[in-house]
Amino acid sequence: MQFWATVLLDGLTYASYLFIVSLGLTIIFGVMKILNVAHGSFYAWGAYTAAFAIGFITDNELSEALFLPAILISAILVGVVLGYVIERFILRKMYNQDIHLIVLATFGVFLIFEDLIIITFGVDPYLPYQPAMMLGWVDIVGLNRGVYQLTLILLASIVAFACWYGLTKTKWGKLLQSVIYDREISVAMGIDVTKVYVVTFIGGAILGALGGAYVAPTTSVSPGFAIDLVVLSFAVVVIGGMGSIPGALIGSLIVGILRAFAVHQAPILELFVVFAVMAIVLIIRPEGLFAPPKPRKI
Amino acid sequence: MFTGIFKDTSVRILITFMIVLCVLSSLVLPDWMQNNFMYGLSRGLAILGLMLLWRTNLVSFGHALYYGFGAYAVALCQKYFGITDILLRFAIAVIAAGLLGFCLGFILRKYREIFFAMLSLAFSMVLYGLLAKAEFLGSTDGMSISPSTLLGMELTRQYLFYLITFFVICAAISIQAYLRSTLGHLTTAIQDNEIRVEYLGYSVQKAIHIKYVMSACLAGGAGGLMAASLGQVDPDSMVNWNVSGELVFITIMSGWGNILAPFIGAIIFEFIRTYAFEWAPQAWAAIVGGTLLAIIFFFPGGIWSVIEKVFNYGKKKNVK
Amino acid sequence: MLNDTVLKASDLNKSFSGIVAAKDINVSINQGEIVGIIGANGAGKTVFVNMITGYLKPTSGKIEFLGEDITGIEPRNATHIGLCRSFQISQVFMTMSVKQNLMIAMSLSKKSGKALLDPIADEEISKECDKILELYKIMDQSNNIVSTLSQGIRKLLDIAMAVVGNPKVILLDEPTSGVSVEEKFGIMDIVIAALKQTETSVLFVEHDMEIVERYVDRVIAFYQGEIICDAPPKVALSDKKVIEYVLGH
Ligand SMILES: Nc1ncnc2c1ncn2[C@@H]1O[C@H](COP(=O)(O)OP(=O)(O)OP(=O)(O)O)[C@@H](O)[C@H]1O
Ligand SMILES: [Mg+2]
Repeated sequence: MQFWATVLLDGLTYASYLFIVSLGLTIIFGVMKILNVAHGSFYAWGAYTAAFAIGFITDNELSEALFLPAILISAILVGVVLGYVIERFILRKMYNQDIHLIVLATFGVFLIFEDLIIITFGVDPYLPYQPAMMLGWVDIVGLNRGVYQLTLILLASIVAFACWYGLTKTKWGKLLQSVIYDREISVAMGIDVTKVYVVTFIGGAILGALGGAYVAPTTSVSPGFAIDLVVLSFAVVVIGGMGSIPGALIGSLIVGILRAFAVHQAPILELFVVFAVMAIVLIIRPEGLFAPPKPRKI
Repeated sequence: MFTGIFKDTSVRILITFMIVLCVLSSLVLPDWMQNNFMYGLSRGLAILGLMLLWRTNLVSFGHALYYGFGAYAVALCQKYFGITDILLRFAIAVIAAGLLGFCLGFILRKYREIFFAMLSLAFSMVLYGLLAKAEFLGSTDGMSISPSTLLGMELTRQYLFYLITFFVICAAISIQAYLRSTLGHLTTAIQDNEIRVEYLGYSVQKAIHIKYVMSACLAGGAGGLMAASLGQVDPDSMVNWNVSGELVFITIMSGWGNILAPFIGAIIFEFIRTYAFEWAPQAWAAIVGGTLLAIIFFFPGGIWSVIEKVFNYGKKKNVK
Repeated sequence: MLNDTVLKASDLNKSFSGIVAAKDINVSINQGEIVGIIGANGAGKTVFVNMITGYLKPTSGKIEFLGEDITGIEPRNATHIGLCRSFQISQVFMTMSVKQNLMIAMSLSKKSGKALLDPIADEEISKECDKILELYKIMDQSNNIVSTLSQGIRKLLDIAMAVVGNPKVILLDEPTSGVSVEEKFGIMDIVIAALKQTETSVLFVEHDMEIVERYVDRVIAFYQGEIICDAPPKVALSDKKVIEYVLGH
């Protein structure tokens, strides 16, 4: 019982931040048909920027109430700047190109931004634990957990709700869905696809950065820490179905809980389990569990 | 299958190139350069395999699976059977990877595009996940490999170099023979139109499967030779996803116009790496990333298309 | 000879999630017969061709070829037993030359097993390809890349690639669609003459009634997945139902 509670709680926490990151990835794929390796850069830059901001706040002994706004602003800043730059100067020149080339281009971008991080922030790890300290710890079902970690679950729920609301209840969301469903018809209907793309990409980038920024206080932010996340969020997105938003949710839960289970039960199998599940899902349902419906073209 | 293969221009150029390399390496090259050539040629085999797949518009983001599998097969055979013979090592690496490719091929041959890429990635990460945690395989530290022998004799670095060149020539000639065959021509045909290939009476999946196994064998051989020349195998530099990424990177850097292209590309990659570590050790990733973008945007045919242009330019001048 | 049944379809049905694309189709085709298939857009003509050649599996019913049950056969096996087709939208290898297209088709029909590993450049096969190129009057385009050529030539190549294996029955899906009016008769003259030489049974889908009248022995008219008329052209084209549902006046 205790064991399962641990797995569930840790899995849920882990799934939460996977979800935030993967949501960005899957939206970008759904709308633009781009598998964005550079998503890892958003994550890493979000984390570093947040870590830097938190460091700045503590060093100057500013109010602790600034932590949360600092994290959010870091995410938005990174998402808007990096998202715009990458979309405008790399991806826009590549639409209609072979899908593999686009993946490789984003891989190139990812590598460049990895080194830019070292140049900007140095090689020493950052430990922006202050926000987590501030919130302290609680006991739930006999488990001692950081309150900050638990707020991740809250954040993910808010993001999920906002995303659902935005997509189904707003005009913009409906526009987006029509582009996801059939790009050509949307163009024919006079939707400005370029604009949709920029906004989508920046939106996805903000989510990626938010994941990184929010996680920063719970970990040591050091060079290369986005690398594992890139492939893990790929796994999440593939398991759920590339381009599917409910898929990202289910995929994150599956990967998060599986990982938590493996970590507590058989640490040897940690990575193995995640990718084995990914392979199995692909074999049984190549499109992923929740692939969005494809329009039939004759 | 091989009739008249030596009349083929690509094969002649390849053999000339390799002989020149051998002569150079025995006479003038310093050790570090010789090592670079050796690594480049070994890794070039894997690139050749990826090139084959690329011609059918299949890009494997997990080819390090076979590269690493070949390398670990060599390591395990040394550990448990004491095999150090280079011929056996190469054969074991090729066969082990080929068998794995044959099995996984039954699944992968149904997939195209990004799904093929992702499933390949998943398979390779499964292996990585196992190797990185398996104590008896050295976990993340990997295992070390003792120097190779040949028929019971010790093998000097120089002779290892000759042998690798020899393996490369054999492999490349076989691939060229395949490419000029009917089956090889299906490569591009499948990329153009799968339905037509089926209606011409050949199974597309079978054609892809055959090609997939070949490319697995090549990658396995590459891993085996790499293990033998590095003297070390470990999951992070042999199986992880960034290794696959690197292999794909070298492939598009090389271009896919010719069987020699992968080897030239892989050798150039080794030299870039050596110089990068000397001059700008912090910027290695940025150099690779920048090169990747530059190639995609400015030289979509890779190094080989540049070589071709230079060559044709000279030709045209002569005619005038 | 002319009365031997080569192809027989009985009670074929096909529906796509509710849409009925074929309903109780019964047809038998004799050797050497030339049959025109007509019907409005969406009548189910292509679905019929697809079922016969194995691209679609019928929901129910049976297809026999030379007395053997071939229902649900794989397209490649249909080709092996001499049941070939061309396509409404030509399916050729766009990035290759006309000759290369035909060479691949010819090698695949002539060779199998290990021989497929021999060089594709083969004197004998090359010569045979040239013969077909002559026959279909596209010799002068031989070295041009297909993507640069007109629809008409692509259609001819598409058909030529289907006949290299000397099929017993060939199904041509709109051989003249997308072809200019001047070229149409030229193409059909070439194709029908070539196929008559080998006593191949031909079924071709066609919207142009002039062409139907000129070449066929028999007309099969489709309407909403059903055969509404199966008769010689004179009779069929003056049939009341055909006039109403196919010709549309
Ligand atoms: N793969 C498919 N999935 C679902 N419905 C299909 C499919 N193929 C055909 N249909 C439907 O079956 C019906 C018959 O289509 P078919 O293509 O056979 O028409 P056709 O007679 O060839 O018309 P045309 O003259 O336009 O070529 C149409 O309603 C079409 O929408
Ligand atoms: Mg049709």
